[in-house]
Amino acid sequence: MRHQRQLTRHTATVAATLACLLLAACSAGSTADGNADSPDKTSDTLKIGLTAEPANLDFTKTAGAAIPQALLYNVYQNLVKLDQSGKMQPELATSWTLSKDRKTYTFQLVKDAEFSNGAPFTAEDAKFSIERVKSDWTISLKSQMDVVDTVQAVSPTELKVTLKEPSNDWLYRMTTRLGAMFSRTGVGKLATEPVGTGPYTVKKWNRGDSITLARRDDYWGREPHFASVTLKYFKDPTAMNNALLTGTINMIGQMQSPDALDQFKSNSKYKVVEGSTNGEVVLSLNNGSGPMRNPKVRQAVRYAIDHKALVDTCWAGYGKPIGSMVAPTDPWYQDLTNEYPYDRSKARQLLEESGEAGRTLRLRIPTLPYATACGTVVKSQLEQAGFKVKLDQLEFPAAWLSTVFKNADYDMSIIGHVEPRDIQAVFGDKTYYTRYDNPQFRALLKKADRGTQEEQTTYMREAARLLSRDAAADWLFLLPNLMVADKGITGLPVNSVSESLDLTGLSRS
Amino acid sequence: MIVRLMQRIAILLASLVVSSVMVFAFMAVLPGDPARVALGTSASDTAVAQLREEFGLDRPLVVQYFNWVQGLLTFDPGNSYISQAPIGPQIADRLLVTLWLVVTGMVLACILAIPMGTLMAVRHRRPSGLILSALSQVGVAVPAFLAGILLITVFAVGLGWLPANGWTPPAEDPVLFLKQLVLPALSLGMVQAAMLTRYVRSAVLDVLREDYLRTARAKGLRPTQALLRHGLRNAAVPVVTVLGLHLATLLVGAVVIERVFVIPGLGSLLLDSVSNRDLIMVQDVVMIIAMAVLLVNFLVDVAYLVIDPRLRVGGAS
Repeated sequence: MRHQRQLTRHTATVAATLACLLLAACSAGSTADGNADSPDKTSDTLKIGLTAEPANLDFTKTAGAAIPQALLYNVYQNLVKLDQSGKMQPELATSWTLSKDRKTYTFQLVKDAEFSNGAPFTAEDAKFSIERVKSDWTISLKSQMDVVDTVQAVSPTELKVTLKEPSNDWLYRMTTRLGAMFSRTGVGKLATEPVGTGPYTVKKWNRGDSITLARRDDYWGREPHFASVTLKYFKDPTAMNNALLTGTINMIGQMQSPDALDQFKSNSKYKVVEGSTNGEVVLSLNNGSGPMRNPKVRQAVRYAIDHKALVDTCWAGYGKPIGSMVAPTDPWYQDLTNEYPYDRSKARQLLEESGEAGRTLRLRIPTLPYATACGTVVKSQLEQAGFKVKLDQLEFPAAWLSTVFKNADYDMSIIGHVEPRDIQAVFGDKTYYTRYDNPQFRALLKKADRGTQEEQTTYMREAARLLSRDAAADWLFLLPNLMVADKGITGLPVNSVSESLDLTGLSRS
Repeated sequence: MIVRLMQRIAILLASLVVSSVMVFAFMAVLPGDPARVALGTSASDTAVAQLREEFGLDRPLVVQYFNWVQGLLTFDPGNSYISQAPIGPQIADRLLVTLWLVVTGMVLACILAIPMGTLMAVRHRRPSGLILSALSQVGVAVPAFLAGILLITVFAVGLGWLPANGWTPPAEDPVLFLKQLVLPALSLGMVQAAMLTRYVRSAVLDVLREDYLRTARAKGLRPTQALLRHGLRNAAVPVVTVLGLHLATLLVGAVVIERVFVIPGLGSLLLDSVSNRDLIMVQDVVMIIAMAVLLVNFLVDVAYLVIDPRLRVGGAS
């Protein structure tokens, strides 16, 4: 009897161990995590609920939106930053001028800025930071700084940057993580101890739970209202909503379940804010191989999608239809939603003409909330227009990145391209996973980058229209910036137009 | 007794070695190069090679295995590929969180289950016993996460008595710690209690039918006295076995509760590491869980020797 019991128990032990291994191996798509601190006791602390926790704090070596969201403008500062309407504002530079040949930028820098390690900020640090992108950064975005030719610290407060060729885009990129200013003596432990000139420092990081930023006493500029801001990470949208409802957090910085907004809208304790973002939710099409090479099939796809019905079903009606790869906060935005108005019979006809009607299209989507929500709707709309669609869900990030993004082994996918001004990155490189290869389009982008501001606007508009006409992809909608906060919180960054969740303007009335 | 104990220790050590080889081999045959995964899709081959060297991934597997075991034995398993932070403290922090949760849940389960199970056994033919029995049946059918969601809806969002989720270390704010512990521990504990009650009931029923209990009654003890003095200790052996088993599975099983209540425990660390492809972290966490399971079983074995004097003699059998 006892032996039998022991046997059973050991079998169970082995089974439990195996279960662990299986769990590890099968790489479950969903995850646990996040968590809480105490409800606020003093009026000058703030707790914000967010979705994606950074894996580490070094955005020079780790890609993704999570690290700059927490650190940029708050811990790190740039020479220039973007405000809520997407306009460029001075930060560590007080002013700048552009030479006649449009190749040399001269920046006048602030005098009294200091890094959190005590070192003063000078033009030498700016030179160091810009040159370091080329020498030390590993993320693919670094190529946006390739246009820099020489950087010269003329005096402690004057910096001269010469480009290889004129580029409007370069100055814009200086507002992103690429333009973050590092201390020459503060880059030893970027993954865990970031050093910047910003008003906050990273005080505490409870991994799997939260990052707490503390206001610097020795900050050189205007001090922000909150002495401490805790960014709490929730994998589960319902848990985040409950945390706000029970006072564990004061604000939801990124609403992932728009259908839950009503419970906050009807409650006078909260304010709901709907703004714009740079996140184009793209139904990306493989322009390089398979049935999607055929322009008629791509056009048929665009005619077959009913965007209004789609947004209503999968994102609770929040989200603006855009029609091309330009966010409404960019100066050259134009409404291109009428290039391919919803027309099922036209879609059917184009599909017939293409000769690809019998082919099964692989819609391979990542396991992300908006993609899984919209994937089934896209599939059913396409099927109603005569397409044959097979829907695969690939675990995000690892499986989706290697299958779709790296190997372009797909016909269609759904992904939110959240980087600012990413029309060039997504469609200007024929080796990118969209495999869009149009020399005319690339020439327009180049002309826009080199030209004056008016020329830039004209050519960017032309490029966006060409992209839309070519049906290089279908743009499902623009991700809305949905925030919910306690009524008293003011200065919410309504539009998410930069890479940063800018905490410096937040206050409490 | 000593021989028995030595046997148990030998079994424990052998199981540890076997499971470490299994875990290591399993991670080694998984497709995908951890260094490339860590650096992302856009990394150059030289950067990948550099990282492979840094992590020792270019060395023979046997060397890697012994380096890994050495790291574990010296409590210095190195740094994570992804977060670049030391692994040891992270696992220790998360393990502590999960242990708080699981042990509190288990204690709650025992407090509820032992008296209830005994009562059900003693009154197994009376209506009160039957009602309790039916209730526990329902309890077994309810998954812990559902219990958790219901508890949140009623006590946190509805009544506002307790926080809906979150975790605070006890040293930081003991009151808040307890408040946040109540609901998750209850959801784990209630479901465990329901299961445990049924084991206690059947164990006590078995004991009630034993000759020695009749003898005790014949000596003049009342049924309750007889049961308390002679019965419960005997009934404890199967119950402790079940407890040990459950404790081990709960370490992993708590992951669902950790998710519902947003608690940064070991299970969520494992899932996060899996989705980030932080393979060295996964390997270490799985090994820690395997070790915990084996250790709990070892302790259950030792507990037998303490509870049941009959097992202490005749060690050579």
